[in-house]
Amino acid sequence: MNNIKKNRIKDKAFKVWGIACTFLGLILLCIFIGSILIDGLQRIDWGFITNLPSRKAERAGIYTALMGSVWILIFTTIIALPLGIAAAIYLEEYAKESKLSSLLEVNISNLAGVPSIIYGLLGLEVFVRVMEMGASILAGSFTLALLILPIVIVSTREAIKAVPKSIRDASFALGASKWQTVSQQLLPASFGGILTGVILALSRAVGETAPLIVIGALAYVPFAPSSPMDEFSVLPIQIFNWISRPQHGFEINAAAAIIVLLLITFIMNGIAVYFRNRWQSKFK
Amino acid sequence: MLRKFSFFQMRKLKETVIEKGLQASALVTIAVTVGIILVLSIEAILFFKEVSIIDFFTDTQWTPLYTDKHFGIITLLSGTLLTSFIAIIFAVPVGLSISIYISEYAPRSFRKTIKPALELLAAVPTVVYGFFALTVVTPFLQTFIPGLAGFNSLSAGLVMGIMIIPFVSSLSEDALHAVPNSLREAAYGMGSTKLQNAFRVLVPAASSGIIVSIILAISRAIGETMIVAIAAGQQPRLTLDPTVPVETITAYIVQVSLGDVQHGSLEYRTIFAAGITLFIFTFLLNTISYRIRKKFREKYE
Amino acid sequence: MELQFTLGTGGRVNSNKMKKDKDTIDKTLKRKHKLQAKEVKVFYDDFMAIKGIDMNIRANKITAFIGPSGCGKSTFLRLFNRMNDYVDGFRLEGEILIDGENIYKKKVNVEQLRKQVGMVFQKPNPFPKSIYENVAYGLKIQGIKDKNFLRQKVEDSLKQVGLWNEVKEDINKSALALSGGQQQRLCIARTLAVEPSIILMDEPTSALDPISTAKIEELIYELKEKYTIVIVTHNMQQAGRISDYTAFFYMGELIEYDKSKKLFTNPEKKQTENYITGRFG
Repeated sequence: MNNIKKNRIKDKAFKVWGIACTFLGLILLCIFIGSILIDGLQRIDWGFITNLPSRKAERAGIYTALMGSVWILIFTTIIALPLGIAAAIYLEEYAKESKLSSLLEVNISNLAGVPSIIYGLLGLEVFVRVMEMGASILAGSFTLALLILPIVIVSTREAIKAVPKSIRDASFALGASKWQTVSQQLLPASFGGILTGVILALSRAVGETAPLIVIGALAYVPFAPSSPMDEFSVLPIQIFNWISRPQHGFEINAAAAIIVLLLITFIMNGIAVYFRNRWQSKFK
Repeated sequence: MLRKFSFFQMRKLKETVIEKGLQASALVTIAVTVGIILVLSIEAILFFKEVSIIDFFTDTQWTPLYTDKHFGIITLLSGTLLTSFIAIIFAVPVGLSISIYISEYAPRSFRKTIKPALELLAAVPTVVYGFFALTVVTPFLQTFIPGLAGFNSLSAGLVMGIMIIPFVSSLSEDALHAVPNSLREAAYGMGSTKLQNAFRVLVPAASSGIIVSIILAISRAIGETMIVAIAAGQQPRLTLDPTVPVETITAYIVQVSLGDVQHGSLEYRTIFAAGITLFIFTFLLNTISYRIRKKFREKYE
Repeated sequence: MELQFTLGTGGRVNSNKMKKDKDTIDKTLKRKHKLQAKEVKVFYDDFMAIKGIDMNIRANKITAFIGPSGCGKSTFLRLFNRMNDYVDGFRLEGEILIDGENIYKKKVNVEQLRKQVGMVFQKPNPFPKSIYENVAYGLKIQGIKDKNFLRQKVEDSLKQVGLWNEVKEDINKSALALSGGQQQRLCIARTLAVEPSIILMDEPTSALDPISTAKIEELIYELKEKYTIVIVTHNMQQAGRISDYTAFFYMGELIEYDKSKKLFTNPEKKQTENYITGRFG
């Protein structure tokens, strides 16, 4: 009897502990966001978004970094999207079980675990030096595109896999070729899932700092980029730069810029979750 | 009829071209791996032509940017392992508790809302976490750890721990969730509590999935850059003391990249030598976890 | 017509008298035997799923395949439009002939073959698109773009399956909103739209309620005037009701094949009798 009571108390205690752990991270995140809002919200105004960088904290804005992030995001999408989706289609629908396909499989799983800074070293040597792109938006976009490629491939495969086999059967039975089945049935049917994965991958790209620092992206760029061959900065690098300055004014700037970055990240995540939920109900 | 033949023939040709194109895209991923290995090894080989590999592994100082140059990678490695260790010590118990709570105790509707919320923790850009560690966690810890330096591995490690919580909890929860219900019912039928059931039956049954989640979390922590670059400092130091500044492999690469280093110089090559060390570590961890995952999948299918 | 699904390099040379004779023989054969299986064996890796079957299926008749689960009847059915090609480890020995032509020859274009041999599946499987898109799909993938032609064809096909009046207002709405029975008729309409000469049906009513089943059965019966129909069914009453011929499969072998009336009332083999009287399976 005594033993059973003890066990029940332990059980209850663990339940409380479990709840505490579950909320620990989220509470810390809330504290953090709260403190950042207190620091940075006062600093955000139209000028902060549209001003060029400056030596004086009060006058500095995030315009060039924000534009850099937008450019990077666009070109990363252009490069990673077709490549990732094509690779996923190949692996899911075309590749037969063979040494090559299992090699591709292991390789992609491994690439997903390679630290982002290593992609920076790859980009530095291949895109910046060998291909002579310099520390340009294009070099940065290629680097980030390779970084998010495994994520795009894995999530696209999941989405294609989720389309019921009966759809493939029906399409083939009507005389459709493989590519017709893929392009006219599977891709439209898995569109929501693919979109979710792609947006999540891009939200990762928009927050990446280290690989872009490694390829030589600058903390200080006087003007917003106007072509893909221009030098650039991005929001996270701007934040990093402000954090490493001693003056308190820049810490406030960093907090304000973080609010903008988090807003972008959370909105992208929100959109992704929205599409996922809408898409998941489709086949049920 | 002739037109029809050519239509189907054209289609066949188109199909072949498309398949080759798709295959080429898939092969890009192999090219990326080959590229990484080539780039890292070529520069690292050039590096080891100038620096003895024995010094690299035995020297206890790392000072390539000073006039008295030392290249003891152990110094950076100790920074990396120390911060990662703190992160793991924090994240694994918490993450595991979360996974057990969510899969065994919490109502199902809760599971559906809390999982994406936790995954948000991994979505926050790491530069933001770095700011958090430097401006919130370190000052807070300084109130009761008087000797804590402004840059230290403790707060960097702890914040990194917060970041990797969802890696542990999400994957472990999936593994626990996948344990057949018959196993649960059998244990409950013998009068065990949820807690006993969780630790004596479910965790062992889901062990491979849980191990995979921990390995991936370690790999993630080792490769993490911005948090440690911002909050742990940039002073290479061979120490186990979590209250003083250290420098990790990743932070060193960032430090060099921020400066103006000549292409082809020894300093330039150090980041590749450091990079290949990092790559080998994470590659081993990823390979191990892939093997376990594959074995595990075969067992249940 | 009978060469439609081969990729010939040109027309046939008809000057040869022997050849002409062969053609006439083929044509008469075709009228009688639309589908033929010659010493067919099917393997999945090392497992033999079909153990040597010879069979001739008549044109414009309904032929039912019956037998217990796992007897190979679905596998056998799927040989006629090569749907087994996608199964890992699939291997075929022997020949499958349609209108006297081996459809597993190298030069056969599988897509064109499937245009000739339509298929309806066990569970209704409409595409997650509009009703219109579902029916027009088979034509569109052949490169037909003429809007008026497509519209007319969709209407005709839906009328053929008796669905037109029920859905003509909702033609652009999602096919997933239809009831199960309607979905299955839509799937049949979709198959008819590409004008096949043969329709394979793999337990087409097993997922439907009795009323929908009755409607589909009626439809199948009407279709046999224009099409050769092969239907796999678990339901022996169904086989008896609608089919002209019935084949009983067991353990990958064809045990008995006869006119349905004969097979159900006076089977030759003991195994067949046991099965149709419900003693096993």
